[in-house]
Amino acid sequence: MKKTVLNAAHQRHGARLVEFGGFEMPVWYSGLTEEHHAVRQRAGVFDLCHMGRFEIVGDDPVAALDRVVTQDVSRMKKGQVRYSLVCNDEGGVLDDILIYRLPDRLWLVVNAGNRQKLLHWFGERLVGAKVIDHSEDLAMVALQGPLACSLLAPHIDRAHHRAVADLGYYRISRAQVKLTGTPIDGWISRTGYTGEDGFELYIPSGSAESVFDALLDLSDEVIPCGLGCRDTLRLEAGMPLYGHELSEQQDPIGAGLSFGVSLDKEGGFIGEPALREVVARGPRRQLRGFVVEGKRPARQGAVILHDSRPVGVVTSGSPSPTLGVPIACGYVDSSVSEEAPLEVDLRGKSAPLSPHPLPFYRRTAETAHSE
Amino acid sequence: MSNVPTDRQYLSSHEWAQQVEGVVVVGISEHAAEELGELVFIELPAKGDEVVFETQFGEIESVKAVSGLNSPVTGKVVEVNQELIDSQAAISDSPFEDGWLIKVEPAIDSGLDLLLDHKTYQAQLDGS
Repeated sequence: MKKTVLNAAHQRHGARLVEFGGFEMPVWYSGLTEEHHAVRQRAGVFDLCHMGRFEIVGDDPVAALDRVVTQDVSRMKKGQVRYSLVCNDEGGVLDDILIYRLPDRLWLVVNAGNRQKLLHWFGERLVGAKVIDHSEDLAMVALQGPLACSLLAPHIDRAHHRAVADLGYYRISRAQVKLTGTPIDGWISRTGYTGEDGFELYIPSGSAESVFDALLDLSDEVIPCGLGCRDTLRLEAGMPLYGHELSEQQDPIGAGLSFGVSLDKEGGFIGEPALREVVARGPRRQLRGFVVEGKRPARQGAVILHDSRPVGVVTSGSPSPTLGVPIACGYVDSSVSEEAPLEVDLRGKSAPLSPHPLPFYRRTAETAHSE
Repeated sequence: MSNVPTDRQYLSSHEWAQQVEGVVVVGISEHAAEELGELVFIELPAKGDEVVFETQFGEIESVKAVSGLNSPVTGKVVEVNQELIDSQAAISDSPFEDGWLIKVEPAIDSGLDLLLDHKTYQAQLDGS
Protein backbone atom coordinates (compact mmCIF):
# COMPACT_ATOMS: atom_id res chain seq x y z
CA MET A 1 0.00 0.00 0.00
CA LYS A 2 1.36 3.44 -0.92
CA LYS A 3 1.68 6.26 1.60
CA THR A 4 1.41 9.98 0.99
CA VAL A 5 4.09 12.38 2.19
CA LEU A 6 1.71 13.26 5.04
CA ASN A 7 1.50 9.73 6.46
CA ALA A 8 3.66 10.56 9.49
CA ALA A 9 1.57 13.68 10.14
CA HIS A 10 -1.63 11.59 10.11
CA GLN A 11 -0.19 9.23 12.68
CA ARG A 12 0.96 12.16 14.81
CA HIS A 13 -2.56 13.62 14.72
CA GLY A 14 -4.12 10.31 15.78
CA ALA A 15 -5.71 9.27 12.48
CA ARG A 16 -7.39 5.93 11.93
CA LEU A 17 -5.81 4.82 8.66
CA VAL A 18 -7.51 2.73 5.97
CA GLU A 19 -6.82 1.75 2.36
CA PHE A 20 -8.29 4.06 -0.28
CA GLY A 21 -7.37 4.11 -3.97
CA GLY A 22 -4.20 2.14 -3.23
CA PHE A 23 -3.07 4.54 -0.47
CA GLU A 24 -3.04 4.36 3.30
CA MET A 25 -5.27 7.32 4.13
CA PRO A 26 -6.96 8.78 7.24
CA VAL A 27 -10.65 7.85 7.43
CA TRP A 28 -11.04 10.05 10.51
CA TYR A 29 -9.05 11.59 13.36
CA SER A 30 -11.44 12.80 16.09
CA GLY A 31 -14.55 11.28 14.49
CA LEU A 32 -16.48 11.50 11.24
CA THR A 33 -19.44 13.51 12.50
CA GLU A 34 -17.33 16.05 14.40
CA GLU A 35 -15.10 16.58 11.35
CA HIS A 36 -18.13 16.91 9.07
CA HIS A 37 -19.65 19.64 11.27
CA ALA A 38 -16.27 21.39 11.55
CA VAL A 39 -16.16 21.80 7.76
CA ARG A 40 -19.79 22.94 7.54
CA GLN A 41 -19.44 25.41 10.43
CA ARG A 42 -15.74 26.33 10.73
CA ALA A 43 -12.85 24.81 8.74
CA GLY A 44 -11.04 21.52 8.23
CA VAL A 45 -7.76 20.42 6.64
CA PHE A 46 -7.54 17.48 4.19
CA ASP A 47 -4.62 15.54 2.71
CA LEU A 48 -5.30 15.16 -1.02
CA CYS A 49 -1.84 13.94 -2.02
CA HIS A 50 -3.28 10.57 -3.04
CA MET A 51 -5.00 12.20 -6.01
CA GLY A 52 -3.20 12.26 -9.34
CA ARG A 53 -1.71 15.57 -10.51
CA PHE A 54 -0.92 15.54 -14.23
CA GLU A 55 0.41 18.10 -16.67
CA ILE A 56 -0.34 17.99 -20.39
CA VAL A 57 2.56 19.29 -22.49
CA GLY A 58 3.00 19.72 -26.22
CA ASP A 59 2.80 22.28 -29.02
CA ASP A 60 -0.92 22.75 -28.46
CA PRO A 61 -1.85 20.88 -25.26
CA VAL A 62 -5.32 22.45 -25.12
CA ALA A 63 -6.29 21.13 -28.56
CA ALA A 64 -4.84 17.72 -27.76
CA LEU A 65 -6.67 17.44 -24.43
CA ASP A 66 -9.93 18.57 -26.03
CA ARG A 67 -10.03 15.31 -28.03
CA VAL A 68 -9.94 13.10 -24.91
CA VAL A 69 -12.12 14.94 -22.39
CA THR A 70 -15.81 15.92 -22.47
CA GLN A 71 -15.36 19.55 -21.35
CA ASP A 72 -14.55 22.29 -23.89
CA VAL A 73 -11.01 23.19 -22.79
CA SER A 74 -10.51 25.71 -25.62
CA ARG A 75 -13.25 27.88 -24.15
CA MET A 76 -11.78 27.92 -20.65
CA LYS A 77 -10.24 31.20 -19.58
CA LYS A 78 -6.71 31.30 -18.27
CA GLY A 79 -6.89 30.80 -14.51
CA GLN A 80 -10.12 28.85 -14.76
CA VAL A 81 -10.83 25.38 -13.32
CA ARG A 82 -13.56 23.15 -14.72
CA TYR A 83 -15.06 19.74 -14.02
CA SER A 84 -14.83 17.18 -16.82
CA LEU A 85 -15.25 13.52 -17.58
CA VAL A 86 -12.86 11.26 -19.45
CA CYS A 87 -14.96 8.76 -21.40
CA ASN A 88 -14.19 5.58 -23.31
CA ASP A 89 -15.40 5.03 -26.88
CA GLU A 90 -18.73 3.70 -25.57
CA GLY A 91 -19.36 6.86 -23.53
CA GLY A 92 -18.64 5.11 -20.21
CA VAL A 93 -16.76 7.13 -17.60
CA LEU A 94 -13.06 6.32 -17.17
CA ASP A 95 -12.72 9.05 -14.56
CA ASP A 96 -14.06 12.41 -13.46
CA ILE A 97 -11.39 15.09 -13.23
CA LEU A 98 -10.68 18.77 -12.75
CA ILE A 99 -8.94 20.67 -15.54
CA TYR A 100 -6.82 23.68 -14.55
CA ARG A 101 -5.99 26.08 -17.37
CA LEU A 102 -3.10 28.13 -16.04
CA PRO A 103 -1.61 31.01 -18.02
CA ASP A 104 1.49 28.97 -18.83
CA ARG A 105 0.45 25.34 -18.38
CA LEU A 106 -2.38 22.84 -18.39
CA TRP A 107 -3.07 20.64 -15.35
CA LEU A 108 -5.42 17.84 -14.39
CA VAL A 109 -6.33 16.39 -11.03
CA VAL A 110 -7.63 12.81 -11.26
CA ASN A 111 -8.87 10.23 -8.78
CA ALA A 112 -6.27 8.21 -6.84
CA GLY A 113 -7.65 4.85 -7.95
CA ASN A 114 -7.58 5.86 -11.62
CA ARG A 115 -4.07 7.35 -11.76
CA GLN A 116 -2.36 4.50 -13.60
CA LYS A 117 -5.33 3.82 -15.86
CA LEU A 118 -5.46 7.47 -16.97
CA LEU A 119 -1.69 7.80 -17.40
CA HIS A 120 -1.92 4.87 -19.78
CA TRP A 121 -5.06 6.21 -21.52
CA PHE A 122 -3.65 9.72 -22.03
CA GLY A 123 -0.34 8.22 -23.12
CA GLU A 124 -2.13 6.24 -25.83
CA ARG A 125 -4.85 8.65 -26.86
CA LEU A 126 -3.26 12.13 -26.72
CA VAL A 127 -2.15 13.19 -30.18
CA GLY A 128 0.70 15.72 -30.34
CA ALA A 129 0.96 16.03 -26.56
CA LYS A 130 2.06 13.94 -23.63
CA VAL A 131 1.16 13.55 -20.00
CA ILE A 132 3.62 14.18 -17.16
CA ASP A 133 2.86 12.78 -13.70
CA HIS A 134 3.57 15.37 -10.97
CA SER A 135 1.76 13.40 -8.25
CA GLU A 136 4.97 12.66 -6.37
CA ASP A 137 6.76 16.01 -6.58
CA LEU A 138 3.72 18.24 -6.03
CA ALA A 139 1.61 17.92 -2.86
CA MET A 140 -2.03 18.91 -2.50
CA VAL A 141 -3.78 19.92 0.71
CA ALA A 142 -7.17 21.55 1.23
CA LEU A 143 -8.62 23.99 3.74
CA GLN A 144 -12.40 23.80 3.54
CA GLY A 145 -15.15 25.58 5.42
CA PRO A 146 -16.71 29.01 5.96
CA LEU A 147 -13.66 30.27 7.89
CA ALA A 148 -11.16 29.13 5.23
CA CYS A 149 -10.92 32.44 3.39
CA SER A 150 -10.45 34.70 6.40
CA LEU A 151 -7.96 32.32 8.02
CA LEU A 152 -5.86 31.83 4.90
CA ALA A 153 -5.91 35.37 3.50
CA PRO A 154 -3.11 36.85 5.68
CA HIS A 155 -0.75 34.03 4.68
CA ILE A 156 -1.10 34.03 0.89
CA ASP A 157 0.55 36.49 -1.50
CA ARG A 158 -0.80 36.51 -5.02
CA ALA A 159 0.57 38.29 -8.09
CA HIS A 160 -0.20 42.03 -8.36
CA HIS A 161 -1.17 42.02 -4.66
CA ARG A 162 -4.57 40.58 -5.37
CA ALA A 163 -6.33 39.30 -2.26
CA VAL A 164 -7.24 35.65 -1.71
CA ALA A 165 -10.83 36.79 -1.11
CA ASP A 166 -10.91 38.01 -4.71
CA LEU A 167 -9.98 34.62 -6.14
CA GLY A 168 -13.21 33.50 -7.80
CA TYR A 169 -14.86 30.14 -7.30
CA TYR A 170 -13.19 27.52 -9.54
CA ARG A 171 -10.19 29.77 -10.22
CA ILE A 172 -6.50 29.05 -9.70
CA SER A 173 -3.49 31.34 -9.41
CA ARG A 174 0.15 31.33 -8.47
CA ALA A 175 0.70 32.06 -4.82
CA GLN A 176 3.41 32.51 -2.27
CA VAL A 177 2.37 30.50 0.77
CA LYS A 178 3.60 32.20 3.95
CA LEU A 179 2.38 29.72 6.52
CA THR A 180 5.79 28.52 7.65
CA GLY A 181 9.14 30.21 8.27
CA THR A 182 10.07 30.40 4.60
CA PRO A 183 7.68 31.55 1.86
CA ILE A 184 6.78 28.65 -0.45
CA ASP A 185 6.06 29.13 -4.13
CA GLY A 186 2.99 27.22 -5.23
CA TRP A 187 -0.56 27.59 -6.48
CA ILE A 188 -3.93 28.12 -4.85
CA SER A 189 -7.37 27.29 -6.24
CA ARG A 190 -10.82 28.01 -4.85
CA THR A 191 -12.09 24.47 -5.28
CA GLY A 192 -13.20 21.57 -3.12
CA TYR A 193 -15.29 18.47 -2.73
CA THR A 194 -17.29 19.46 0.32
CA GLY A 195 -20.00 21.89 -0.80
CA GLU A 196 -18.37 24.64 1.30
CA ASP A 197 -16.18 27.55 0.39
CA GLY A 198 -12.57 26.47 0.49
CA PHE A 199 -9.16 26.31 -1.08
CA GLU A 200 -6.73 23.74 -2.37
CA LEU A 201 -2.98 24.42 -2.16
CA TYR A 202 -0.39 22.91 -4.51
CA ILE A 203 3.10 23.01 -3.06
CA PRO A 204 6.36 21.07 -3.39
CA SER A 205 6.09 17.72 -1.60
CA GLY A 206 8.98 18.59 0.71
CA SER A 207 6.89 21.41 2.23
CA ALA A 208 3.69 19.40 2.60
CA GLU A 209 4.06 18.39 6.24
CA SER A 210 4.99 21.87 7.50
CA VAL A 211 2.11 23.43 5.54
CA PHE A 212 -0.35 20.79 6.79
CA ASP A 213 0.67 21.48 10.40
CA ALA A 214 0.64 25.25 9.87
CA LEU A 215 -2.92 25.11 8.50
CA LEU A 216 -3.97 23.26 11.65
CA ASP A 217 -2.24 25.90 13.76
CA LEU A 218 -4.16 28.76 12.10
CA SER A 219 -6.88 28.53 14.73
CA ASP A 220 -8.26 26.23 17.42
CA GLU A 221 -11.34 25.99 15.20
CA VAL A 222 -9.44 24.15 12.46
CA ILE A 223 -9.16 20.35 12.74
CA PRO A 224 -7.69 17.62 10.53
CA CYS A 225 -10.39 15.85 8.51
CA GLY A 226 -10.40 12.38 6.99
CA LEU A 227 -11.90 10.75 3.94
CA GLY A 228 -14.92 9.62 5.99
CA CYS A 229 -16.32 13.13 6.28
CA ARG A 230 -15.08 14.00 2.80
CA ASP A 231 -17.50 11.31 1.59
CA THR A 232 -20.49 12.50 3.64
CA LEU A 233 -19.76 16.16 2.72
CA ARG A 234 -19.63 15.40 -1.00
CA LEU A 235 -22.73 13.17 -0.81
CA GLU A 236 -24.73 15.98 0.84
CA ALA A 237 -23.39 18.37 -1.81
CA GLY A 238 -24.59 16.03 -4.58
CA MET A 239 -21.12 15.40 -5.98
CA PRO A 240 -20.41 12.01 -7.60
CA LEU A 241 -17.68 9.64 -6.43
CA TYR A 242 -15.92 7.40 -8.92
CA GLY A 243 -16.64 3.74 -8.17
CA HIS A 244 -20.02 4.72 -6.74
CA GLU A 245 -22.00 6.98 -9.07
CA LEU A 246 -19.49 6.65 -11.91
CA SER A 247 -17.95 3.68 -13.69
CA GLU A 248 -16.91 2.56 -17.15
CA GLN A 249 -20.42 1.13 -17.56
CA GLN A 250 -22.14 4.43 -16.70
CA ASP A 251 -22.59 7.42 -19.02
CA PRO A 252 -22.33 10.95 -17.56
CA ILE A 253 -25.77 11.97 -18.90
CA GLY A 254 -27.76 9.63 -16.64
CA ALA A 255 -25.41 10.64 -13.80
CA GLY A 256 -26.71 14.21 -14.14
CA LEU A 257 -23.33 15.52 -15.33
CA SER A 258 -24.38 17.03 -18.68
CA PHE A 259 -22.91 20.35 -17.49
CA GLY A 260 -19.46 18.77 -17.87
CA VAL A 261 -20.11 17.50 -21.41
CA SER A 262 -19.71 19.78 -24.45
CA LEU A 263 -21.22 17.71 -27.26
CA ASP A 264 -20.96 20.61 -29.69
CA LYS A 265 -17.29 21.46 -29.29
CA GLU A 266 -15.33 21.65 -32.50
CA GLY A 267 -13.50 18.48 -33.46
CA GLY A 268 -15.43 16.11 -31.19
CA PHE A 269 -13.98 13.90 -28.45
CA ILE A 270 -13.65 10.25 -27.50
CA GLY A 271 -17.11 8.96 -26.59
CA GLU A 272 -18.97 11.86 -28.22
CA PRO A 273 -20.94 9.77 -30.79
CA ALA A 274 -22.04 7.36 -28.06
CA LEU A 275 -23.09 10.22 -25.75
CA ARG A 276 -25.05 11.88 -28.58
CA GLU A 277 -27.04 8.66 -28.84
CA VAL A 278 -27.70 8.62 -25.08
CA VAL A 279 -28.97 12.20 -25.25
CA ALA A 280 -31.13 11.43 -28.29
CA ARG A 281 -32.90 8.40 -26.83
CA GLY A 282 -32.67 9.54 -23.19
CA PRO A 283 -30.54 7.81 -20.53
CA ARG A 284 -31.66 4.31 -19.55
CA ARG A 285 -31.41 5.15 -15.86
CA GLN A 286 -31.02 8.35 -13.88
CA LEU A 287 -29.37 9.31 -10.63
CA ARG A 288 -31.85 10.37 -7.95
CA GLY A 289 -31.59 11.49 -4.35
CA PHE A 290 -33.52 10.00 -1.43
CA VAL A 291 -34.10 10.22 2.28
CA VAL A 292 -34.35 6.72 3.75
CA GLU A 293 -37.16 6.42 6.28
CA GLY A 294 -36.07 5.07 9.64
CA LYS A 295 -32.63 5.15 11.20
CA ARG A 296 -30.93 2.63 9.02
CA PRO A 297 -28.74 3.91 6.17
CA ALA A 298 -28.95 2.31 2.72
CA ARG A 299 -25.50 1.40 1.37
CA GLN A 300 -23.99 0.99 -2.08
CA GLY A 301 -25.53 -2.01 -3.83
CA ALA A 302 -28.87 -2.00 -1.96
CA VAL A 303 -31.67 -2.74 -4.43
CA ILE A 304 -34.36 -0.09 -5.04
CA LEU A 305 -37.87 -1.56 -5.44
CA HIS A 306 -41.16 -0.38 -6.92
CA ASP A 307 -44.14 -2.71 -6.29
CA SER A 308 -41.58 -5.27 -4.98
CA ARG A 309 -39.91 -5.20 -8.41
CA PRO A 310 -36.21 -4.14 -8.68
CA VAL A 311 -36.00 -0.81 -10.54
CA GLY A 312 -32.66 0.54 -9.36
CA VAL A 313 -29.67 0.38 -7.08
CA VAL A 314 -28.18 2.60 -4.38
CA THR A 315 -24.74 4.01 -5.29
CA SER A 316 -23.96 5.92 -2.05
CA GLY A 317 -25.70 6.15 1.27
CA SER A 318 -24.90 7.36 4.75
CA PRO A 319 -26.36 9.06 7.77
CA SER A 320 -26.35 12.77 6.86
CA PRO A 321 -24.77 14.71 9.73
CA THR A 322 -26.26 17.99 8.46
CA LEU A 323 -29.80 16.76 7.76
CA GLY A 324 -29.87 14.28 10.65
CA VAL A 325 -31.44 11.51 8.58
CA PRO A 326 -30.04 8.74 6.37
CA ILE A 327 -29.61 9.95 2.78
CA ALA A 328 -28.81 8.02 -0.36
CA CYS A 329 -28.48 8.42 -4.06
CA GLY A 330 -28.91 5.74 -6.64
CA TYR A 331 -29.86 4.91 -10.19
CA VAL A 332 -33.51 4.30 -11.05
CA ASP A 333 -34.83 3.14 -14.43
CA SER A 334 -35.98 6.17 -16.40
CA SER A 335 -39.36 4.48 -16.99
CA VAL A 336 -40.17 4.85 -13.26
CA SER A 337 -41.84 8.21 -12.58
CA GLU A 338 -40.53 10.65 -9.97
CA GLU A 339 -43.76 10.19 -7.99
CA ALA A 340 -43.71 6.37 -7.95
CA PRO A 341 -43.43 5.06 -4.38
CA LEU A 342 -40.05 3.38 -3.91
CA GLU A 343 -38.50 1.22 -1.24
CA VAL A 344 -34.99 -0.01 -0.60
CA ASP A 345 -34.11 -3.57 0.36
CA LEU A 346 -31.92 -3.38 3.47
CA ARG A 347 -30.70 -6.95 3.69
CA GLY A 348 -34.16 -8.48 3.60
CA LYS A 349 -36.13 -5.65 5.21
CA SER A 350 -37.56 -2.87 3.11
CA ALA A 351 -37.58 0.80 4.04
CA PRO A 352 -39.52 3.51 2.18
CA LEU A 353 -37.53 6.06 0.15
CA SER A 354 -38.66 9.68 -0.04
CA PRO A 355 -37.40 11.51 -3.14
CA HIS A 356 -35.09 14.42 -2.32
CA PRO A 357 -33.76 16.85 -4.93
CA LEU A 358 -29.98 16.79 -5.48
CA PRO A 359 -28.00 18.28 -3.89
CA PHE A 360 -29.16 17.52 -0.36
CA TYR A 361 -27.27 20.56 0.92
CA ARG A 362 -26.39 23.90 -0.64
CA ARG A 363 -24.47 26.56 1.25
CA THR A 364 -26.33 29.82 1.69
CA ALA A 365 -23.57 32.45 1.49
CA GLU A 366 -22.61 32.40 -2.15
CA THR A 367 -18.91 33.04 -2.65
CA ALA A 368 -18.78 32.93 -6.42
CA HIS A 369 -16.83 35.96 -7.60
CA SER A 370 -15.85 36.84 -11.09
CA GLU A 371 -12.29 37.91 -11.55
CA MET B 1 -3.76 -0.60 22.60
CA SER B 2 -7.27 -1.70 23.43
CA ASN B 3 -8.29 -3.39 26.64
CA VAL B 4 -8.90 -7.17 26.78
CA PRO B 5 -10.45 -8.16 30.15
CA THR B 6 -9.28 -11.49 31.52
CA ASP B 7 -12.67 -12.46 33.01
CA ARG B 8 -14.30 -13.59 29.75
CA GLN B 9 -13.74 -15.42 26.47
CA TYR B 10 -13.73 -14.30 22.84
CA LEU B 11 -14.50 -15.12 19.22
CA SER B 12 -11.91 -14.20 16.61
CA SER B 13 -14.64 -12.00 15.07
CA HIS B 14 -14.37 -9.81 18.23
CA GLU B 15 -17.47 -10.79 20.23
CA TRP B 16 -17.04 -11.69 23.92
CA ALA B 17 -18.93 -14.04 26.24
CA GLN B 18 -18.99 -13.86 30.02
CA GLN B 19 -20.67 -16.50 32.18
CA VAL B 20 -22.55 -14.96 35.09
CA GLU B 21 -24.71 -17.17 37.30
CA GLY B 22 -25.65 -19.64 34.57
CA VAL B 23 -26.35 -16.99 31.95
CA VAL B 24 -23.94 -15.93 29.18
CA VAL B 25 -23.59 -12.19 28.63
CA VAL B 26 -22.58 -11.28 25.05
CA GLY B 27 -20.95 -8.14 23.69
CA ILE B 28 -18.29 -6.84 21.31
CA SER B 29 -14.71 -6.06 22.27
CA GLU B 30 -13.22 -2.60 22.71
CA HIS B 31 -11.08 -3.26 19.65
CA ALA B 32 -14.21 -3.93 17.55
CA ALA B 33 -15.95 -0.85 18.94
CA GLU B 34 -12.93 1.30 18.08
CA GLU B 35 -12.71 -0.13 14.58
CA LEU B 36 -16.40 0.55 13.93
CA GLY B 37 -16.27 4.19 15.01
CA GLU B 38 -19.51 6.09 15.49
CA LEU B 39 -22.51 3.77 15.61
CA VAL B 40 -25.87 4.61 14.08
CA PHE B 41 -27.99 1.45 14.20
CA ILE B 42 -28.18 -1.97 15.81
CA GLU B 43 -30.41 -4.94 15.18
CA LEU B 44 -30.66 -7.53 17.96
CA PRO B 45 -32.75 -10.68 18.33
CA ALA B 46 -35.87 -10.74 20.50
CA LYS B 47 -36.19 -12.38 23.89
CA GLY B 48 -36.88 -16.08 23.32
CA ASP B 49 -35.01 -16.29 20.00
CA GLU B 50 -32.41 -18.99 19.49
CA VAL B 51 -28.83 -17.99 18.73
CA VAL B 52 -26.18 -20.35 17.34
CA PHE B 53 -22.44 -20.47 18.00
CA GLU B 54 -20.41 -18.58 15.37
CA THR B 55 -23.59 -17.68 13.49
CA GLN B 56 -24.88 -14.17 12.86
CA PHE B 57 -27.49 -13.04 15.39
CA GLY B 58 -27.67 -9.33 14.61
CA GLU B 59 -26.15 -6.38 12.82
CA ILE B 60 -24.34 -3.29 13.93
CA GLU B 61 -23.96 -0.28 11.69
CA SER B 62 -21.47 2.56 11.92
CA VAL B 63 -21.37 5.78 9.95
CA LYS B 64 -19.18 4.00 7.40
CA ALA B 65 -20.33 0.37 7.21
CA VAL B 66 -22.49 -2.46 8.45
CA SER B 67 -21.08 -5.50 10.29
CA GLY B 68 -22.62 -8.78 11.31
CA LEU B 69 -22.66 -9.84 14.98
CA ASN B 70 -21.73 -13.48 15.57
CA SER B 71 -22.88 -15.39 18.62
CA PRO B 72 -20.17 -16.81 20.88
CA VAL B 73 -22.74 -19.24 22.30
CA THR B 74 -25.64 -21.49 21.28
CA GLY B 75 -28.77 -21.03 23.35
CA LYS B 76 -31.91 -19.00 24.00
CA VAL B 77 -31.96 -15.21 24.39
CA VAL B 78 -33.27 -14.35 27.86
CA GLU B 79 -32.59 -10.61 27.85
CA VAL B 80 -31.80 -7.91 25.30
CA ASN B 81 -30.12 -4.60 26.10
CA GLN B 82 -33.06 -2.40 25.06
CA GLU B 83 -31.19 0.84 25.75
CA LEU B 84 -29.04 0.20 22.70
CA ILE B 85 -31.99 0.41 20.30
CA ASP B 86 -32.24 4.18 20.74
CA SER B 87 -28.57 4.93 21.29
CA GLN B 88 -25.55 2.73 20.71
CA ALA B 89 -23.26 5.10 22.65
CA ALA B 90 -22.86 2.58 25.50
CA ILE B 91 -21.16 0.13 23.09
CA SER B 92 -18.51 2.72 22.21
CA ASP B 93 -18.17 4.08 25.75
CA SER B 94 -18.31 0.84 27.72
CA PRO B 95 -18.14 -2.20 25.40
CA PHE B 96 -17.39 -4.66 28.23
CA GLU B 97 -19.99 -3.44 30.74
CA ASP B 98 -22.92 -1.11 29.91
CA GLY B 99 -22.60 -1.92 26.21
CA TRP B 100 -23.51 -5.63 26.54
CA LEU B 101 -25.85 -6.80 23.77
CA ILE B 102 -27.78 -9.91 24.83
CA LYS B 103 -27.93 -12.48 27.64
CA VAL B 104 -28.23 -16.12 26.62
CA GLU B 105 -29.27 -19.27 28.44
CA PRO B 106 -26.71 -21.69 27.01
CA ALA B 107 -27.72 -24.98 25.40
CA ILE B 108 -25.92 -28.16 26.45
CA ASP B 109 -23.82 -28.02 23.29
CA SER B 110 -23.18 -24.30 23.76
CA GLY B 111 -19.84 -23.98 21.99
CA LEU B 112 -18.40 -22.09 24.98
CA ASP B 113 -15.52 -24.57 25.24
CA LEU B 114 -14.41 -23.53 21.74
CA LEU B 115 -13.97 -19.83 22.55
CA LEU B 116 -10.59 -18.12 22.68
CA ASP B 117 -9.19 -17.27 26.08
CA HIS B 118 -8.10 -13.67 26.69
CA LYS B 119 -4.43 -14.44 25.98
CA THR B 120 -5.18 -15.98 22.58
CA TYR B 121 -7.49 -13.11 21.65
CA GLN B 122 -4.90 -10.57 22.78
CA ALA B 123 -2.30 -12.34 20.64
CA GLN B 124 -4.66 -12.11 17.66
CA LEU B 125 -4.97 -8.34 18.18
CA ASP B 126 -1.22 -7.94 18.61
CA GLY B 127 -0.60 -9.85 15.39
CA SER B 128 -3.02 -7.77 13.32
